[in-house]
This record gives sequence, structure tokens and C-alpha cells, in this order.
Amino acid sequence: MLGKTAGSLYWMARYLERSENNARLIDAGFRIALTRSSTARSEWRSVLVTAGQDSAFRQAHGEDYTSQRVVDFLLRDPANPSSILSVVKRARDNARTARTYLTREVWEAVNTSWMTLGALLKRQVREDDLPDVLAAIRQQSAQVVGAFSGTMLRNDGYNFARLGTFLERADNTARILDVKYYLLLPSVAHIGSSIDNVQWETILRSVSAHRAYHWLYGAEISALKIAEFLILYKQMPRSLAFCCDQMNDNLGLLQRSYNEETEAVQMGTAICRDRLSRPIQSIFDGGLHEFITDFLRANAALARQIERDYRFVE
Amino acid sequence: MRAPRTPNHRARPDRWHVAWKGLGISFFDEMTGQGGDVRSPYRDYSDWFGREDAARIQRKAQQAEGFFRTTGITFNVYGEDEADERLIPFDVVPRIISASEWRRLSRGIEQRVRALNAFLHDIYHRQEILRAGRVPVDLISRNEAFLPMMMGMDPPGGVYTHISGIDIVRTGADEYYVLEDNARTPSGVSYMLENRETMLQMFPELFAKISVREVSDYPLNLLKSLAACAPPACGGTPTVAVLTPGIHNSAYFEHSFLADQMGAELVEGHDLRVVDGRVAMRTTQGYTPIDVLYRRVDDDFLDPLNFRPDSMLGVPGIWDVYRAGGITIANAPGTGIADDKALYSYMPDIIEFYTGEKALLPNVPTWRCSEPEHLREVLDRLPELVVKEVHGSGGYGMLVGPAASKKEIAAFRAKLEANPRNYIAQPTLSLSTVPIFTKAGLTPRHVDLRPFVLMSPQGIRITPGGLTRVAMSKGSLVVNSSQGGGTKDTWVLED
Repeated sequence: MLGKTAGSLYWMARYLERSENNARLIDAGFRIALTRSSTARSEWRSVLVTAGQDSAFRQAHGEDYTSQRVVDFLLRDPANPSSILSVVKRARDNARTARTYLTREVWEAVNTSWMTLGALLKRQVREDDLPDVLAAIRQQSAQVVGAFSGTMLRNDGYNFARLGTFLERADNTARILDVKYYLLLPSVAHIGSSIDNVQWETILRSVSAHRAYHWLYGAEISALKIAEFLILYKQMPRSLAFCCDQMNDNLGLLQRSYNEETEAVQMGTAICRDRLSRPIQSIFDGGLHEFITDFLRANAALARQIERDYRFVE
Repeated sequence: MRAPRTPNHRARPDRWHVAWKGLGISFFDEMTGQGGDVRSPYRDYSDWFGREDAARIQRKAQQAEGFFRTTGITFNVYGEDEADERLIPFDVVPRIISASEWRRLSRGIEQRVRALNAFLHDIYHRQEILRAGRVPVDLISRNEAFLPMMMGMDPPGGVYTHISGIDIVRTGADEYYVLEDNARTPSGVSYMLENRETMLQMFPELFAKISVREVSDYPLNLLKSLAACAPPACGGTPTVAVLTPGIHNSAYFEHSFLADQMGAELVEGHDLRVVDGRVAMRTTQGYTPIDVLYRRVDDDFLDPLNFRPDSMLGVPGIWDVYRAGGITIANAPGTGIADDKALYSYMPDIIEFYTGEKALLPNVPTWRCSEPEHLREVLDRLPELVVKEVHGSGGYGMLVGPAASKKEIAAFRAKLEANPRNYIAQPTLSLSTVPIFTKAGLTPRHVDLRPFVLMSPQGIRITPGGLTRVAMSKGSLVVNSSQGGGTKDTWVLED
């Protein structure tokens, strides 16, 4: 297949994943802003930082971290190239570029998603409509994912799209940890206090895992366990370990069908081996923040290597 | 009033009745003739329609619109926001052509395309037709689409016009005219195919009742036809690719549709480069040579080294590969001279010159404003004529006299006087009508027809029917989609 097409499938998947992740971040931020108005502004700021959009926000709106302003910026502000609306548009542009490699079902799901969100986000969303809008974004995304898994040939194009999904997801989970790592440090004084429970719940909510966590660990919320859950727990579909396993599976399939070992394959293997095959305590011992910074860097380097190895661009 | 001297004396403009609704002249309706009984090709459809519930058809028509939108069969309008993708209105009433009508049309189309290809070969070789004085030299030398670099060049298989679209209008039960030749990059074939697909989904019972000739094999025929023109350098099964300017091009949907249906790669200039004397595309595993490039970009943009240096759409060096027999470019570069509307007026002579036969399908009589006598007459009769730019397309920059205001006519007159060479004029044709479905029932609207023609060393293949374009507003004669025109499914009936 064309390198450009591989790149378009990869970016289509990344952007779709990004829109879903950002919807989840808004959801979590909104919840905490409602329940704890005193810290709402700093919460919104950390949502923006996690989404990598804080400097763009400040450029457009200064320090105006109100719910309405931030939510509008993240959802649909034309000044924001990473708003959900822009990201879904970019996903669709990539889908159009790779149109010949998509099944009709996938293309129609992506296109419908763009049309539906375009209509929903035409005007500023009122606060009481926000939950419905966020639900619609999640639902559109689920439809694309469903069509994708149900109808796409399991060939190289499929693997490139999956790589995009898991690279983006790993990046997102790591960024959440990066922004909130201080809440998970053992040295923080009020462990177990109700204040931190709310914060921790927010972290879990931003990866749609608060229910799964309790199923697994019961009622006890501890920093160590949350970190383990999000970093190392392989059955959790948004953990770093899960994402890396998936990336390596897809890279392995590409290696087999192309019959060539690329740099990217080695880098993917190395991330799993060197960073994620160890107990959580050793990660804390080495410094949680350092670990996350290093992971983000390695993940980004892998993304660049994939673009090079498979000739997305010249 | 003195008739202009035209070389095409068989159809002089003054023999035409100028028709316009305001003048009280009726039009030929393909369903009911001059408003009488239902004509035979429409009889079965009309019976079915008479028994149908109008509300059901209305519902289906709305479904069709949703279907076009989710499928993404949209086009961008130049000069508007790129985000503004428009639907071409689709009408659910088919345009129906009988088997015998189609036989006659297809014979005329085949003759015309054969002549066009022979003409292009001649112009880029010995130029016999110019030496014989049948076509003026400056129509070629001043033609912007003429490519001196093509002189003496033999395109693989001797084919210039791999794909062409011949625009035809009907003015009476037995009167057809060729309105335009599109040999550069005719578009619209994806609408022909999707219109049929939509009709099959909406009204399957109709196709069980009425035998309509298939159109769905067009993409495979296109692939076969292109593959049959593989260049000398091709070593096995030819690799075909479609070259598009990209997703912001107004016809991008069609480019991706055709690539998809043919199972060919859809490439852009930046996917290609010259590697070892071949044009190759960048795949995930390295560069792979292409044998046949179905390009949907204009000549000017093909090769920044040899044509426009600022072009980002093409492939540096493709021209040299082409000359060396390393790739087939379809349609051949330089083919666009045939789209020129001043040259069009010589088509009857061109057909006779190369086939030895009279044209089976007549031209619309045409005044060439470059000739002073013609110009004088055109200026005299401006309010009743249609004036077009010789290189124009898409319905841009034209004057429809009877529909224009005094002010518009005066403004156009000034443009025409300033640069007469740039224009041709034709009588306002009484285009036939076909009913469209509206809330109020069936209402006649003007139509034209663009059949699509494939040419390869194995022969000429015309898909039965083609794209019917329809002016959606009452009385309008402009069917171009860029001007609000719509489309219909086109049926050619089995014998």
C-alpha cells in the first residue's frame, strides 16, 4: 500500500482516539468543576495541560479558565486546531485520503460522525446540554470502532490504524499521569482523605476506569494501586502496558507480512521490556515523574520511527 | 438578416428557431412529446408511477439525499469555503432512452470519438488537416491546450482519448445535437454509477419489471481499457493508478470512487517520483513502478520540470519517462485542444476528413466571434443567443441571452467587443425536458446527456446511457452542477 495511505489510516485512528479521549477529559473536568467550584479553575487548567492545549488557550483567552470558556475551547473553538470539532474534521480528511482502503461501513461511520458533531457543535453548548453532547461524541466514536473491527480486512492497513489508536491512547494515559502524578506520590500528606478520593476518582474517570478499578481492587483507593492499574495492568484497555502490547502485536504482524525487521519493531519491543516489565514499586523507587516523562519521550520516538520506517512521508 | 458564412453550412444558425419559454414556444418533452400521450420508452415507468403513492416516492427521495450525504458524494464549489461541501440534487424520475434511440446515438458518438482521436494524432504528427486548409492553423497554434512537446510522440497503443465525454442535447423526437466534446478530463461518471445504485436500492421492483441495461461494469471496463494501453516498459500485469490533485479538489469523490472500484491506488504528486527511469509510487515497502496513470490533473500541472515550475501536483520528470515509453498517461497530454469551443465548430469537417463520412450527430450551429462577420451578427442578436468562452467549462463565464437582464447583456457586450476571439455564440437551444418529481407532482425540466466513452487498441466502448444533468429550476437551461443543476439516473432499455 501507499505510504501516504498508511499514514492517513494511522492519523485517522489517532485523531478519532484523540477526540474520544478529549471528550472523556471534559467529562471528568466538568464533574469536578460542578462538585468543587473552589478548585474548578485549576482543574480546567490541568485538563487543558493534559490535552496539550493550555498554551493555545492562553493565547486566545488569557487566564479565563471558566467552565464555559474552557469547554467551548475544547469542543469547538475555531481558534483551537485541536478542538474536538477540528480533530474529527482532520480524522475525516484522513479517511477521505485513505478512502480506497476503508470499507463503506467505516467511511460512512466516520463521515456520519463528522456530520453529526458538526451539527451538534454549530453553536456554543449550554452547560445542561453538555452531558448529552459528550455522550453523542462517545457514541459516534463507538460506531466507528465497531464498523472498523467488524468490517476491515486484517491487512497492513488495519495494523497501521491500530498502531495509531494505541500510540495515541498510551500518550493520553501517560499525559493524565504526567499532570496528576503529584496526587499519586506516597509523600502526599492526606492520603485517604475525602479530598483526594475525589481527585483520584477524576483520574480514573478520565480513562473510563472508575468502575473497573473497584471491581478489581474493591473500595480501597490507593495511589500505588491506581498507578499500577493505569501503567501495568494488562487487562485494562487504556493502561500503558495494554497499549504497548497491542502496538507490538501490530508491529509484529507488519513485520511478518512485509518480511522485514524495522527499527520501529525493535523500539516497540524495548519499551515493553525495559519500562513496563517491572513491579510498580520499582517504578515509584525510580521516581514516578521521571518514569512518565521517559515513557512519553519513548512513545513519541516510536511514533516518529513508524512514520519513517513505513514511509508515511518522503 | 444575413447568415454568417460558416464552413458548417449544413446547419446554419439562421435555420434555427430560437426557443424560449417567454416566446411561447413549447419544448419537446421526452416523456410526453409535445404534451400528448406517454411516449413508448416511458410507458412501463408511467404505469408504475401512476399506481405508486406519491408520499412513498417523496419519502424515498429524502432517503436518497441522506444516502448521498453519508456516502460523501459531494463536491466542493470553487471559491467557497472548503468546508462547504454540496450535494448535487438527485431526481428520482429516470431519464429513459429506447434501444433504437441509443443505437443511433452510440453510432454517432463512436464515429465522433474515432475522428477526435485521429485528429489528435494528425495534429501531433503530419498535420494533414491544416495543410488541406480544413481547419485554420491559428486555431491550433493559438490553442492554449496545444502541446508542441507532443509533436512526433506516439502514445502507447496510439490512444489519445482514453476516456471522453460527449455532451448531447435533444431538441425533438428525432433531433440530437452534440453540444460539447470533453476529451481533457471528463467528470461525472461516478454520479452515473451512484445514481443507478441509489435507484436500485430505492425502487428494486422497477428493475424487476423493466429491463434496463447495466452500467455497473464501467469501472472494470475502464481498468481493462487502461491496462490495454500499457507502455513498452511494462513487464507483466500492468499497474494502474489514479492521480488526483487531492481531497480539496471538487471531483475528489469521483477520483477515490474510481480508484476504489478498479482496485487501483489513488496517488497524489507527492506519492510519486522517478526511480530508475520509471514513475514509481512510494509504498510502505519502497518504490513500485506504475505502468498506466489515469490522471485527473491538467497537463500544466503534470510535470514541474517540463511544464509549470510552481506546480505541486505533478511528478518532476514524468514527461521524460513518458517520452521514453516508461509510462502511459491517460488521457494523453495535449488532448485538451479538442475541448476548445472554437475548434468544436469545425467538428463536422474533422469527422468527414478522417472518416470519409458525414457526421451522424450534428453540431449546434456556432458563430465564431473571432470572425468579424460572425461577431457583427452576434452583437446584433445578443439577447437571443448563448455566448460561451472558448476555453470555458462548468457553465462559468457564459451569457444566456434570453435569461439575462439588459444590464448583464450590456456588460457582456463590452467583454465580447474587447476580446472577440475568446468567444463563440450559439442559438438558445430548445433543450428537451424530462419530468422531475416535486411535491406538486411531475414537472418538466430541461436536460442534457453526457455519455462516457472508453477507447483502447481493442476498440471503443460506450456505457449505455451516461449522466443526465437536469436544470432544477423552472425554465432554466443551465444544467451544470456548479450552477445548481441536478442529475438523474439514465436508462437505456433492452431491445
